[in-house]
Parts: sequence; structure tokens; C-alpha cells
Amino acid sequence: MSQVQDYSPSAKDAGTAEDTVWEQKVHFIDSVPRWIAMTFVFVVFVGTWQIVTSLGLVSPIILPTPMETLRDMIFVGQNLLTGGYMLGALWITFKEVVYGFALAIAIGFSLGVLVGETAFGEKAVMPYLVAIDTMPKVAFAPLFVAWLGFGIESKVALAAFIATFPIVVGTAAGLHAADENARMLFKTMGASRMQTLIKMKLPTGLPQIFTGLKIGAVGVMAGAITGEFLGGGKGFGELIRVAASQLNTPRVFSLILYLSLVGLAVFASVVWTQRKLVFWHKEQVGRDDF
Amino acid sequence: MNAEVTHEFSGAPLGTPVYELTHVSKTYARNLVVALEDINLTLRKGSFTSVIGSSGCGKSTLLKIMAGLIPPTKGRVILQGKPVTGTRRDIGMMFQQATLFPWKTAVENIVLPIEIRDGKAAAKQAMAKAHQLLDIVGLNGFENVYPNELSGGMAQRASICRMLITEPAVLLLDEPFSALDELSRDMMNMELQRICREQEATAFLVTHSIQEAVILSNEIVVLKPRPGRIAEIVEVDLPRPRTLDMMTTPKFGAIVDYIRSLLDKGEEM
Ligand SMILES: Nc1ncnc2c1ncn2[C@@H]1O[C@H](COP(=O)(O)OP(=O)(O)OP(=O)(O)O)[C@@H](O)[C@H]1O
Ligand SMILES: [Mg+2]
Repeated sequence: MSQVQDYSPSAKDAGTAEDTVWEQKVHFIDSVPRWIAMTFVFVVFVGTWQIVTSLGLVSPIILPTPMETLRDMIFVGQNLLTGGYMLGALWITFKEVVYGFALAIAIGFSLGVLVGETAFGEKAVMPYLVAIDTMPKVAFAPLFVAWLGFGIESKVALAAFIATFPIVVGTAAGLHAADENARMLFKTMGASRMQTLIKMKLPTGLPQIFTGLKIGAVGVMAGAITGEFLGGGKGFGELIRVAASQLNTPRVFSLILYLSLVGLAVFASVVWTQRKLVFWHKEQVGRDDF
Repeated sequence: MNAEVTHEFSGAPLGTPVYELTHVSKTYARNLVVALEDINLTLRKGSFTSVIGSSGCGKSTLLKIMAGLIPPTKGRVILQGKPVTGTRRDIGMMFQQATLFPWKTAVENIVLPIEIRDGKAAAKQAMAKAHQLLDIVGLNGFENVYPNELSGGMAQRASICRMLITEPAVLLLDEPFSALDELSRDMMNMELQRICREQEATAFLVTHSIQEAVILSNEIVVLKPRPGRIAEIVEVDLPRPRTLDMMTTPKFGAIVDYIRSLLDKGEEM
């Protein structure tokens, strides 16, 4: 790679500006398309995996070979596509995740506005939220089962419970993000409190709110699966638990991979919404645009 | 010490009082900084007044008190016969920063005061006027550009349009052109003067530039720092409307020199 500043001596000696070439330094990684870089990492990962298993460094019960896992993934995939029992299980887990997330957004956003916008909320409610947030929320799973039974409700509750707090924190932080000038400007324009909230504070805080939503989107998946582990249920978590108890590790692996697609879909939908709504935020600007 | 010596370069007749400040003082409770002490000031209708003084001498504080954004610790502010007890709609204000909202295009930012006052439909109708204003400040073609893509000076010009769209009776300007180069600054100043005359607006401008203050103002309030007090109110009796070539006249030079000497004196204290 030829690169960097080429202040050729001849140009300097002659004192002419035209000969001075300032080539912009291009890092190697910037010239590689993303998918190639990602494929590279994937190949290294699977290669290492293959070597470790084929050398017999670990027992196949602990770590199946990539081939075994792939074979099982194809089997699970077929079951899902043909509408087998696994599709039913995936559907249940998907519902738990979506309901849980919707509930977390509704509660988290409302509490976030209460805490971020009102002095009462900040003074009287926030300390309790912080206190609850520091508790290990998974420990509440048995309680939810006792209250709501072994059905989908207790899983939805745990998923929502875990995802609510980051959304509260994100919303409250977002509402504090507006600067002094913007607040004064809205005051001089005679804006009501509601107008200030909707037309200025909320849009200003969207980046923080979405950060909260993204953390929540990750937590909601963990909540649903933990709920299934601890409280029965008929979703994917249960399939994983059963497969693991039968020492069917390839199945556990492929189930987790399919499950991660659901998580990815939820996360991607949040990112997509953010791109649409927060198109103006600096974070959205590409690397080269500085 | 007498804070209200008025150095007369010969007075000019002006309209009825719009703003009346009597014994206005401000002490910030948080740090007990005395930002302003005993400010007495009358702005007459259609007049253009500038405030000049070193950094931190309370200019922005004075502006915020006049706008009803913060209460004075002591004293009274009366605007158009009524005491100022909060923000009012007959005031247009511009801050040191442009403060455009990045999720709105330039023209949407400009009609925002209308949107807040009269709703979305009225804001739509004000679009045409917003385009005119953008034209005046030399931003035609940038209507639908987002603020991220505007330079600092362009953003300030857009925020002037936002202030003007409601045709306020009083303009409070806190260094509105600080991000502009000198040439466009002079041009904008002339434009500002024209708009003020057209709308018979009363203007109150905070600036660091003595030239800018002299070329625009009927009166220049010179503040001295710690605590902020009025050192002197200087009247500028150059004929109105002002033109940029007046800046080369001896009289202009004399007033500039006089104000500079006042500011130097203020610094020594
Ligand atoms: N919100 C505040 N709380 C406490 N002190 C403040 C506050 N705002 C300003 N001050 C103090 O009041 C004094 C005057 O500040 P002000 O912003 O009015 O100055 P200024 O003349 O506008 O300065 P500049 O020319 O730099 O804009 C300063 O000493 C500042 O530290
Ligand atoms: Mg200031």
C-alpha cells in the first residue's frame, strides 16, 4: 500500500505548491466490504471449532462438531418450516417476547416521563425504581409463576419486568437532555408544558430513549427464556431445557441459534425505527463524514 | 458614584417608552454572584439600543430579565405598560447560540413559533413568509436543509428568521451575529435595521463590537463589570437610516473612540 503524505523533496526544493501531493491515508479495514470482514471472522471461528472437536480436545457431549450442529440445524429448520411442534414452541416464545416488550415499553415510557418530567416523580418515585433495579430480577420468577400460573403470562411478566428499567432510565435521561437554550427558547415562544414535552424534550431525548429500548430488547429475550426454564411453559426455552437434560448438545446449539434469530429480529426492528425517527442524530452519521 | 451620566452627542426625538427598567438588580442565589446592580433604563418605541461591556458583566442576564425568563432580585421591568412577570409573546428573542432543532428543516424551524402559538395549520400557512425571510437573510435554496448541514453563521441567520416570523414588537438580541464573518455581518446589520424600521420594532442588542453598536444604535448602554452597572448611556446622533459608509465619517470614529475609552476605564476598576 502506498499511502500517507508524500511531501516529495523535489516539490519542497522547487517551492512549488502543485507538486505537493497529500494523499489521504486509507486504512486497510476501510477498503474491505463489511460482509467479507464478517465472513472472515466466521470462518476463523468455525475453523477453530472444527479443529478443537476433530482433535478430540473436548468430549462430543460437551461440544458437538460444526457438522453435527449443522445437521441438527437443518433438522430443526425442516421442523419449523413444515409447521412441526417446534414452530408452535417458537411461536409461544415469540409471543412472550413481543408482549413482554410491548408491556415494558408502555410501562417504562410512562414511568420514564413521570420520573423525568415531574419533580414528584424524580423525588419520590425514582429512589424506589433504583432500589428495585438493583435487585436480581430473575429471582422474581417463582413469584410471577405463583401469581400468574404456568402459562405464558408469568413469562411475559418476567420479560417485561427485566426490560422495563432500561427504558425508564433511557426516557428519564432523554428528557433531561435538552439544553438550557432550547428550554429558554420554548419559554419565550410561550409554549405550554405539554408542547415543550412533545415538541422539544421528547424528540431531543430520542437517542437516549432508543438506547434504553435496545437494552430492553436484549433483556426481554433473556426474561422470556428464564421464565420458561424456571416456570415450565411450552416455548423454545422448554425445548432447550429438555434437550440439555438428554445431553443432546447439538440440539441445544441449534435451538439457541434459531432463538437468537428472534432476538435479532426484535433488536433489528428497534434499530430500524431509530433510523427512521432519529435520522438527524450524529451517531447516525457515517465514519467518513466528519 | 453617579451611574447615569448621559454623554450627549445631541439627542434625537423618539417615541413613547416601551420598556422601563427601574432599579433592577440581580444576584444569582446559587453562587451569590451580583450580576447586575441598580439598572435604570428606558427604551422608546422604534429605538435601537445596544449593550456593550466586557465578558461576564451581566449582558445576557439583563436580556433574560427583560425577556421574563428569570426574575430580578430587586426592581421592576415594565413592557408596554404591563409589568413583566414571565415570558411574553410580544417579545422576540435570539440567543448567543442558534438553537435550531435538528429534526426539523430550516423552514420548519422558522415556523415553529407559529406552530406553537396557533397550531400546525397556521404554521403551514406561514411557510410562504418563512421563505421570504430566508430570502432576506440570503438563505434561499436552503429551505429544506436540516440544521446539521448549515454552517454556524447560516444557522444564526435561520434563527433570526425564526424570531422575526411572529413580528414581535420588541427584539432582544444576544450577540446574534457572532458566528458571521465581518462582511456578512455588516450586511445582516443593515437588513436588521431595515426590518426594525419596517415593523417599527424596538430592538435591544447585546454585542462585543463597538462598530456594530455605533452603526446600529440610537443609544449605547456601556456596562462596567463586577457588579454589572451602567457606566454611561451614550447617544449616537448619526442620521437614520444608517448606511455602511457612515463608518468612515469622523463622527463615527469619535463615538467609537469615546466608547472604547469608557470600556477601558471599566476594565481598570
Ligand atoms: N445561571 C447562573 N447561575 C449563576 N451565576 C450565573 C448564571 N448565569 C450567569 N451567571 C454569572 O453572572 C455573571 C454575568 O453573566 P452573563 O452571562 O450575564 O454575562 P455576559 O455579559 O452575557 O457575558 P458574555 O459576554 O460572556 O456572554 C457572570 O459572572 C456569571 O458567572
Ligand atoms: Mg452573554
